[in-house]
Amino acid sequence: MSQASPFVDASSAAPLPASGIAWLDASRREQLDAFVAAGLPDTRMEAWKYTALRALGQRRFAAGDAQASARAVDPAAFALPGVDGPRLVFVNGAFRADLSALNALPAGLTLQPLSQALRQDAEPLRFVLSRNEAEQGDAFMHLNAALSDDGVVLKLAPGAKPAAPVHLVFLGAPAEGDLSWHLRNIIELGEGAELSLVEHHVASGEQQHLGTLSNDIALRDGSVLRHVSLQQAAIGSSLIRRSRLHLGQRAQATSHVLELGGALVRHDLRAELTGDGARFVTRGVFMPRGRQHIDTQLAIRHQALNTTSDSVWRGVADQRARGVFRGAILVAPGADGSDASLSNKNLLLSPNAEIDTKPELEIHADEVKAAHGATVGQLDERSLFYLRSRGIPQTEARALLTAAFCRAVLDDLPSAPLREHLAALLAVELPA
Amino acid sequence: MSMLRIENLHARVEGKEILKGLTLTVNPGEVHAIMGPNGAGKSTLGNVLSGREGYEVTAGSVVFNGADLLALEPEERAAAGVFLAFQYPVEIPGVNNTYFLRAALNAQRKARGEPELDSMQFLKLVREKLKVMQISDELLHRAVNEGFSGGEKKRNEIFQMAVLEPKLAILDETDSGLDIDALKQVAQGVNAQRSPERSFLVVTHYQRLLDYIEPDFVHVLADGRIVESGDKTLALKLEEHGYAWVREHGEPAGASA
Repeated sequence: MSQASPFVDASSAAPLPASGIAWLDASRREQLDAFVAAGLPDTRMEAWKYTALRALGQRRFAAGDAQASARAVDPAAFALPGVDGPRLVFVNGAFRADLSALNALPAGLTLQPLSQALRQDAEPLRFVLSRNEAEQGDAFMHLNAALSDDGVVLKLAPGAKPAAPVHLVFLGAPAEGDLSWHLRNIIELGEGAELSLVEHHVASGEQQHLGTLSNDIALRDGSVLRHVSLQQAAIGSSLIRRSRLHLGQRAQATSHVLELGGALVRHDLRAELTGDGARFVTRGVFMPRGRQHIDTQLAIRHQALNTTSDSVWRGVADQRARGVFRGAILVAPGADGSDASLSNKNLLLSPNAEIDTKPELEIHADEVKAAHGATVGQLDERSLFYLRSRGIPQTEARALLTAAFCRAVLDDLPSAPLREHLAALLAVELPA
Repeated sequence: MSMLRIENLHARVEGKEILKGLTLTVNPGEVHAIMGPNGAGKSTLGNVLSGREGYEVTAGSVVFNGADLLALEPEERAAAGVFLAFQYPVEIPGVNNTYFLRAALNAQRKARGEPELDSMQFLKLVREKLKVMQISDELLHRAVNEGFSGGEKKRNEIFQMAVLEPKLAILDETDSGLDIDALKQVAQGVNAQRSPERSFLVVTHYQRLLDYIEPDFVHVLADGRIVESGDKTLALKLEEHGYAWVREHGEPAGASA
């Protein structure tokens, strides 16, 4: 048996979710077999080189939370300024209608839990849900595909432009023991549609759950997505995510990502620019503190003419925290006129903190503009003294400089109230 | 009572002794100019007084309004009323100038047990002080010193001083890199803040700043000690004869201030 077996036993001991839909049940079985065959990835795999899963593999997680619907949750836990539109809330992986806001959806917007969409008409989801994309190191996504029985289905009709942002909340609540949940989101923006979307991972108390989440996001021609991904999971929890975006012609997506919570966090963010003139912008901060481990794997594929990607990332680690960033940009043959830039600057606040960053650029086309760079440094002593000499205490001065270091990531976030809220989250006092 | 009493101060930087027995007394309301050749220890004095890391005091004492200044953290010295106008003000991208200044003022007020200013009260104070320094509002909305010209940076230092209202202001080579117009503006800003309660240590290599900021006392710092003290005419003699003249002419005169 592979080293991952205890973890798998715990997962497969629970029966697979039975949908009553033959193709879906077959696909889930196939995915579980693929997961068991592959086992958890180990650090010999390039994509998991800096993120060891041995400790996670030794742990047991109950499958799902039977009490999820009864967990008391204060809506203040997920309230965000400037975000008061449609909302879908999951607590420990279970949909909570009572906390969601799905009445009076704006014209053109379909928003419902995946479980409900499957009951109504599973056929339109067949293609996405039965797609088997075995990629090395994607064992978690096999697991997710096998065990996720819910998630978000969001469809925006061509040309629809709802004003209010859609708020997707994934909340971890304390339970009787450690549990696991798996969710799958399917998001599609029709031609020329525009959407603001806030993906929000948050906790109502300390716990050590494991969550996996898959985002499939399709942007049809000329559509625009403004995506904010705010990850404030419980400090002891584990969260493994994969987001995949497909961008059609002249489609534009902007992702602002804040990775703040979690003990073991992994996010694979992949974008495929498959339509001419598509544009993908990412702005991200990962801030592991204490003993947190946060791994971001950004992969952008330019596959069409005159496509643009622009990525600015900051990493900050204190104490014994660990950050990992890989930014891989591929310009495929024929993707002439592509313009790709990637910058990742990192700040180590302690001699025991570590950040591993690796920008990668692979170009197979002509007339391409590409720039990438990564740095790792420390707080500037001269700046720190300057602030202290004006009376600002050391801890406050460090917080101010750290927030300033990350500030560029939030500069072009359109919603001012949300921008200020996120800026305040970055201005925390960090011990050395 | 004296405001600042420096006695036999010895300080090292990276193992090298720079200050070698400096003694100086400053009373409230006095302006003292510290002049000297490069490498004499002028900037070291400002850095030691404001508490910069890497400056090791090996002997001597500094008493500021009755307290042991050397025992305080840099932010505590600021709250006690010590202000250093930097020779090279630091650019801090991402930190708004106004936000920074309000954070600094309120941190000092909090440390002194005074009520903090809200944004309206702070803005009112800033508007008053802006007039004195002839600084455009535009600089306030930018990041601290980021992209400022040399003159703007120095004016911003003096503007910060105006808002923070220190008891002792140390101007470290504030004239360096300024043209004559910028120099006059900076000097005007300093003069506007002279008062019977506020003292200044004006550290400079050249006499020309003292044409615009008239000192009560001039001290010559050479090889880590004050070797000559006098009134403003001493600066003129230095201008005429150069620092070599002090070395030939002057006895080590650390106790003369």
